[in-house]
Amino acid sequence: MGSSMTRGDIESLATDFYDLLESFKHAPFYHISFEIFLVLAVIWLVFFRKPRAIEKKLTEREKQELIDEWQPEPLVPPVDPNHPALNVRVLDGIVGKTVEIDGKKSLNFATFNFLNFVGNSRISEKAIQAVQKYGVGSCGPRGFYGTIDIHLELEERLAKFFNCEEGIIYSYGFSTIASIIPAYSKRNDILFVDEGVHYAIQKGVEASRSHVKWFKHNDIQDLERLLAEQEVLDKKNPKKARTIRRFLIIEGLYVNYGDICPLPRMVELKYKYKYRIFIDESVSFGTIGQTGRGVTEYYDIDRQKIDLISSSLEYSIGSIGGFAVGSSFVVDHQRLSAQGYCFSASLPPLLAAAAIEALNIMEEQSTPLFETIMSKSKRLHKKLLSIKGYSVMGDEISPLKHLRLANALNTIGRLEEIVQFAQTRDITITVARYLTDEHLLPEPSIRLILNVEMTDEELEFLCTVLQEALVKVTS
Amino acid sequence: MAKTSAHQKNKSYSNAVYATPVSEHPSLDEVYEVTPFSEAFWTYLNYVILNIFGWFRDLLRNARIENRKGSAENNPPGFVPLYQSYESFYTRNVYQRIADCFNRPIGSVPGATLDLLERVTDDYNWSFRFTGGKVKTINLASYNYLGFANNSGPIAENVINSIKTSGLTAASTTQEFGTLTQHRKLESLLAEYLGTEDAIAFGMGFATNALNIPTLVGKKNDSFQSLAINKTKLLYLKGCLILSDELNHASLVLGARLSGAVIKVYKHNDMNHLERLLRESIISGQPRTHRMWKKILIIVEGVYSMEGSLCKLPELIELKKKYRAYLYLDEAHSIGAMGLRGRGVVDYWKCDVNDVDILMGTFTKSFAAAGGYIAGKKDLIDHIRVTSHSAAYATSMSPPVVEQIVSVLNLLLDNDEEHEGRQRINQLAWNARYFRQRLTKMGFIVYGHPHSPVVPALLYSPSKIAAFNREMLKRGVAVVTVGFPATPLVLGRVRFCLSASHTKEMLDEVLKHAEEVGDLLNMRKSKLNPKRPFHETES
Repeated sequence: MGSSMTRGDIESLATDFYDLLESFKHAPFYHISFEIFLVLAVIWLVFFRKPRAIEKKLTEREKQELIDEWQPEPLVPPVDPNHPALNVRVLDGIVGKTVEIDGKKSLNFATFNFLNFVGNSRISEKAIQAVQKYGVGSCGPRGFYGTIDIHLELEERLAKFFNCEEGIIYSYGFSTIASIIPAYSKRNDILFVDEGVHYAIQKGVEASRSHVKWFKHNDIQDLERLLAEQEVLDKKNPKKARTIRRFLIIEGLYVNYGDICPLPRMVELKYKYKYRIFIDESVSFGTIGQTGRGVTEYYDIDRQKIDLISSSLEYSIGSIGGFAVGSSFVVDHQRLSAQGYCFSASLPPLLAAAAIEALNIMEEQSTPLFETIMSKSKRLHKKLLSIKGYSVMGDEISPLKHLRLANALNTIGRLEEIVQFAQTRDITITVARYLTDEHLLPEPSIRLILNVEMTDEELEFLCTVLQEALVKVTS
Repeated sequence: MAKTSAHQKNKSYSNAVYATPVSEHPSLDEVYEVTPFSEAFWTYLNYVILNIFGWFRDLLRNARIENRKGSAENNPPGFVPLYQSYESFYTRNVYQRIADCFNRPIGSVPGATLDLLERVTDDYNWSFRFTGGKVKTINLASYNYLGFANNSGPIAENVINSIKTSGLTAASTTQEFGTLTQHRKLESLLAEYLGTEDAIAFGMGFATNALNIPTLVGKKNDSFQSLAINKTKLLYLKGCLILSDELNHASLVLGARLSGAVIKVYKHNDMNHLERLLRESIISGQPRTHRMWKKILIIVEGVYSMEGSLCKLPELIELKKKYRAYLYLDEAHSIGAMGLRGRGVVDYWKCDVNDVDILMGTFTKSFAAAGGYIAGKKDLIDHIRVTSHSAAYATSMSPPVVEQIVSVLNLLLDNDEEHEGRQRINQLAWNARYFRQRLTKMGFIVYGHPHSPVVPALLYSPSKIAAFNREMLKRGVAVVTVGFPATPLVLGRVRFCLSASHTKEMLDEVLKHAEEVGDLLNMRKSKLNPKRPFHETES
C-alpha cells in the first residue's frame, strides 16, 4: 500500500487549512484585496491575454516601391465587337404600328406601343402647344421652381383615374420604382420580392439595403412558407418585430414572363401577416382591366387595400417618365425622400402634356378600346398555340408574350435567325435583351408585343411568317 | 437644321458692350470666409428654439390636444408604422414652417423672367390653394445658364418639326429598337463638341450616374452575351476603390454605393487629403485581405452647385497620372457654362480632354432639355453601350428633346464671335463676374470660385432662409434658398443662378433688392469686404 495518509496527517492538514481560513479573517483588508488582485491578474495573463502582433512599420522606400509597382486593370474589359448592342438597327421616322427599316415598311411587334399612341396626332398637337407655352426643359428639380402647373395637373389626373388620393410623377420610367423602394424600406426592413421582377425593381431592392426574401415566381405557396418562417422569428423576438417593416413587391403583369400576379390571395395574406403591397403596373396599366386600370380592376379588388401602385408612362401612354399613386399618407413621403424625385430635374412639360392627352383618350374610348386589346391578345394567343414547335409563355389576355422554341432547341442564335428572317418578310420582332447580372436570368425568348390596331389579317400574317421561320431554322 | 444668321439680334444682347469675350485667367483663388461667431451663435440658438417648440407641439399632438395635420394610415392597426416619428421630426417642425419657399409651381417658360402661380395657405403651410393669379418675377433660380429655355425661335421650330416627324418616343430600349438617327447624330455632335472619341446619351441625368458607375467599378462586369455562349462572365471586378469628394451629388453617391466598391471620402477640394488617401490606399491595399486594388476611380464634379466652387482639375490630373488612377468628371453644372468656348471645366483650365477618362454631364442645365451623357474613348463608350443598365432596360431619349440638344450644340459649335453661341457664352461669363463682384462688394459673404455661374451667399439661420426668400418674392425676384440637410447645419444660404438671358438692368434691379433685404436681415456683415452703399459698388 504505498504512502497512504495516516489519520494524523489528515487531521493536521485540516487544522492547517482551518488556520489559513482563520488568518484571512484577521488579515487587514488591503492585504486580502491585493492578493485577490494578484490571483485575478495571473488568471488573466494565462488565459485571456491576446498575443500582441508585432507591427513593423514600412519604411518610406518600401512605401514608394509599393506605389510604383501598383498597376491598375484597364478601365474597361475588352468588348466583343459582334455584340448585338453594338450593332443595333438605327431607325428613322415614327416607330408606330409600322416602322421603316432599309426603306421598307414593316409591321412592328417589338416596341412597347400597346395602345398605338406613338405618333398619335392629337397627342402630338398637345405636345406642340406645350412647347409653344413652356419651351422644352423645366430647368430645375421639383423643389426649386421646376414644378410646372402641367405636372400638378397630370398628378391630379392620374390620381383621379385610379381613384386614389394622390399621385406623383417621375421623369424616367426606370428610376420610378428604383427610387420608390429605398424611400420606404431601410436597412432593418424585410422585402418579399417575386423572383421574376424586372431589373429596375432589382436595383431598387439593392439600393434599399433591406433584407430580401425572394419567392419563386408567382408561387403563392412559396410566399406563404417564407411568411410563416418570418412569423416564427417574430414570435421569438416580438420587441424587434415591432420595428421591422415588411413589404411585398410584385408586378401586375411581369415584363419578363407575361403572366399576371395572383393578387387576391396576396391581399388576403396582407391582412394576416401585416405587410404592405407595392405593385409595379408598368405593363398592366392601360392593357388589362375593363377600363385599363390594371390588375386591381381585373380582379375587382378595392384599390384602397393596395398601398402603392407605380407604373411607367413609357408603355401604354406613349410618353416618357413614370408615376405612383396611392393614399396621401404613403405618396407624400416620396416628395422629400425619393432620390429620383428630389435630386433630379422634373419631366419636360411637353411630355407631361402628352401624357394628359393620352389619359383623355383612354377615358374617352374606355371599355371598347380595352376589350379590343384583351380580345385580340386572346386571339393571338390561340393562333400562336396552334403553331407546333413554339412554346408561348404569358397569360392569354396579356398583350406581351414570350415565344420560345420547344424541345431544347431554344438558343439565342436560332432566335436571332428567326428575327432576321421575319425582317426580310417585313415583320419586326425582337429577342428580349437582358444584362447577365439579373437575379434570375430568363431563358432566351422573343418578346412579342401586340399593338391594339393590328388587324386580324396582320396577326395571321405574323403567325405565317413565324411558321416559315421555324421551318427554316429547324431544317 | 436652321442656322442662325449673323445678323440675328436677340433683345437680351442689347447691352452688347458687355458681351465681348472676357480674358480668361484660370483663377485659383477661392475664398471661404470664416463664419462670424455671432452668426453661428444665433443660428444654433435658432435651432434650439425650433427644437423646443417642436417637442412641445409633438407633445400636444400626441396628447390629442392639437389636431394631427397631414394624412393618416388607412390600414387597420397591427401594421408596423411606415415612418418613425423621430425621422420626420425635422420635416414636421422645421421644414413645414417654411414649406411655402419650396416646390413653388410656375406657369411659364423658366427663362429670364418667371410667372409664379400665386398660392396661399390657410393652415400654416400644411396645404395650399391657388388664387388663380400669377406673379411675374425675375428668375435667378432656374438652371438656365445659357438662356436656351425659349418657347419660340428657330430652336423651338426644330423641336416642333421633330415631334411631327419622329413622334414623342420610340417606346423601346436603346439596345432593342429605340435607337433613332437623331440619337446617333446627337452622339457624334457631342463627341465633336467635347473633343472626345465617342459619346453616349441617356434620358435622365441622375440615372446616368446611378446606372453607369456600377458598370465601371462594379462587382461583376459582363460584356459578353454572345450568340454562342449564354452566360460567360468575363471579369470579376470586385476590389475597386472609389475616392469621392465630400460634396458630391446624391446621384454620384448612389452610383458609388450600388457599384459595391469601397468608398473613401476626401475633404472638399483638398488635394493633399486626396493624395494622402491615394498613397495609404495603394500601400495598404484592400481591407482585410491586403490584396492590391483592381482599379481606383476618383469622382469629382466640375462645378459644385451648393458651394459655387470649381474642382482643381490640373492638380487632379497630375495626381491621377502619378498614381495611375482613373478620373470621373461630372460636368452637370459646368458644361456650356464654363470655359472660353463653353466646353466645360476642361476648357476653362485649358487641360487636355484625353486626360480625363470619363466625362459625364447633363443636358438639363445649359441646354435647357433633359438627359445626361458620358463621353470618352471609344472602348469605354462601347463597354457602356453593352453593359449600361439604362441602355438595356430604359426607354431611349425622346426625339424632340434630342432635337433641342442638337440645335443648341450646332449653335455652340460655331466659333464665330458674332454668332449666337459665342455671344451667349460671353454674356454668361460677364454676368457671372459682374454679379458676384457687386454682391461681394455690398458686404455679403459669398462662397465659391470667382468665375462660376452659381453664386451662393450665406444666410446661416433657417429663419433668414425663409425671410430672404419671401422678401425677395415680394419684390419680384425668385431665388433659391437652401438649408439643412442640403447644406451643413449652420450654413444656410441663398444660391443665385446666373443666366445669359439676364440683362444688366435685371441684375442691377436684383442687386438693389438684395441690398434692401440684406439690410433688413442684417446679412451684409462680411469682414473681408465691408459693406458699401449700392451706388458705390459699381466699378
